[in-house]
Amino acid sequence: MIDLIVAPFEYSFMMRALIGSILVGVMCPLVGTYVVTRNLAFIGDALAHAVLPGMVFGAIIGINPAIAAVPTGVSVAMLVRFVSRRAGLSTDTAIGILFATMFAVGLVMLGSAKTIKINIEDLLLGEILAISPTGIYVSLAITAVVILGLFSFHHRLMFSSFDPVGSQVVGARPSVADYVLLMMLALVIVIGIQAAGIILVMAMLVIPAATAYLLTRRFVSMMITAAALGTVAAVTGLYISFHFNQPAGPAMTLVASGLFVLVALFRRKAFA
Amino acid sequence: MNSTAGPHSASMSLEDVTVELGGHMALSNVTFDVSAGTLMGVVGPNGAGKSTLFNAIAGLLPIRQGKVTLDRVDQRRGALAYVPQRETVNWRFPVTVHDVVMMGRCCNLGWFRRPGRKDRELVKACLGRVGLTDHHSALMTELSGGQKQRVFVARALAQEASVILLDEAFSGVDARAQEDLIEVLRTLRDEGRIVLIATHDLTNLASRFDQVLCLNRHVCACGPPNKVFTSEVLEELYGSHGVQFDMQEDQ
Repeated sequence: MIDLIVAPFEYSFMMRALIGSILVGVMCPLVGTYVVTRNLAFIGDALAHAVLPGMVFGAIIGINPAIAAVPTGVSVAMLVRFVSRRAGLSTDTAIGILFATMFAVGLVMLGSAKTIKINIEDLLLGEILAISPTGIYVSLAITAVVILGLFSFHHRLMFSSFDPVGSQVVGARPSVADYVLLMMLALVIVIGIQAAGIILVMAMLVIPAATAYLLTRRFVSMMITAAALGTVAAVTGLYISFHFNQPAGPAMTLVASGLFVLVALFRRKAFA
Repeated sequence: MNSTAGPHSASMSLEDVTVELGGHMALSNVTFDVSAGTLMGVVGPNGAGKSTLFNAIAGLLPIRQGKVTLDRVDQRRGALAYVPQRETVNWRFPVTVHDVVMMGRCCNLGWFRRPGRKDRELVKACLGRVGLTDHHSALMTELSGGQKQRVFVARALAQEASVILLDEAFSGVDARAQEDLIEVLRTLRDEGRIVLIATHDLTNLASRFDQVLCLNRHVCACGPPNKVFTSEVLEELYGSHGVQFDMQEDQ
């Protein structure tokens, strides 16, 4: 039994994968608490898809796709707010346009760049077992930035999440907190993509946070619980992936959903 | 008007304020003064521009012409506090009463400063003033409509605001709770603060205000309730059968 748990870490790639999984398990659900309480699931999913051209471009010019994904994600996040404000469209529509366009651009780039070898499946489903040292460094740097952001904007974010109008009246620059949140969302998505892939990063953003929502009363306890649940799901998923030779993204997602179903079944009380 | 010049005392005047919304005039040439320590009711039918007026005062909407001047003893940030309409609040966000009142301290804290003991004590005192000390760890969703409104008033107190805007604060609040809320607001007025309450309900509250502003895209009348509510003004506000209609609607 102990062997099953310890043996994988004789390989250095497994050690990296473990670190990567823990970072995903903590960071995506931490920001995910805002995704769940502020109805940002669609924009989260869209951002994940929209970084594809950045990642492909990175691969073409020979830099780590995770590094290339950071500026792409952040700029699309900013663009969404800008487009929806300027065009007078609903945010959902603006997201839909940007997300589909960016993803299509990524696919076209992937199709025309025959010289490089990128496995589309790795991008879409994640390949935590193959995460490079650079990938880990990117994730660690993002973690530091996002933790700092969550900490220093905590009160403003709580205020604008709960009472957007009231917080605008008080704050001199009302939308700053919202931009910061979108940026942090784009950043943790880059961590998440490396483990769970473009399609399933959504699972790590939403499911542990939704589970924590059912279990806790206060927002801070929701954050802590979500991070704990996310870590359990990510690390368990990693083991399943290693021992059963499955892609890590689906394994993590299924563990997270399993936990959600258990909690939803046994926890009757739902908050309004 | 019981003005005592406390640290939170302020007076406000609007001069010729005009606001355009989507190509039509939502408010035209609104001019009125509010002296320190005034509890003012802003009344008018739906669509009269009550919320627009509040948004303009709060700086959420651009003013096309005219200006809002606030004369205040305390020069720190957070002069204005807004008690939101029920629909604009994200009730899914899990916060306790204490959390919400602490939000009022947010503009006075720096980026990296956590709320200290002083902030927590102030929050406690503010909850005491609105009579909700025992509810500090309750979730917002567990409170009644009137209690929720009092929590937002406590937040305005924690913010040390001089002008408190309450938008439709009485909708969905029963008569008894409305009385309690008015009592709390009177104590704020007594400290020299300005309290503006938008309401479309004239029936039982009008007499409790110091001043009433009758609004229907422009100022129909402004003054003490017994002087303002003439049949001419009510007709201008609600149409010829408006007063009866308004009373039926509220039953």
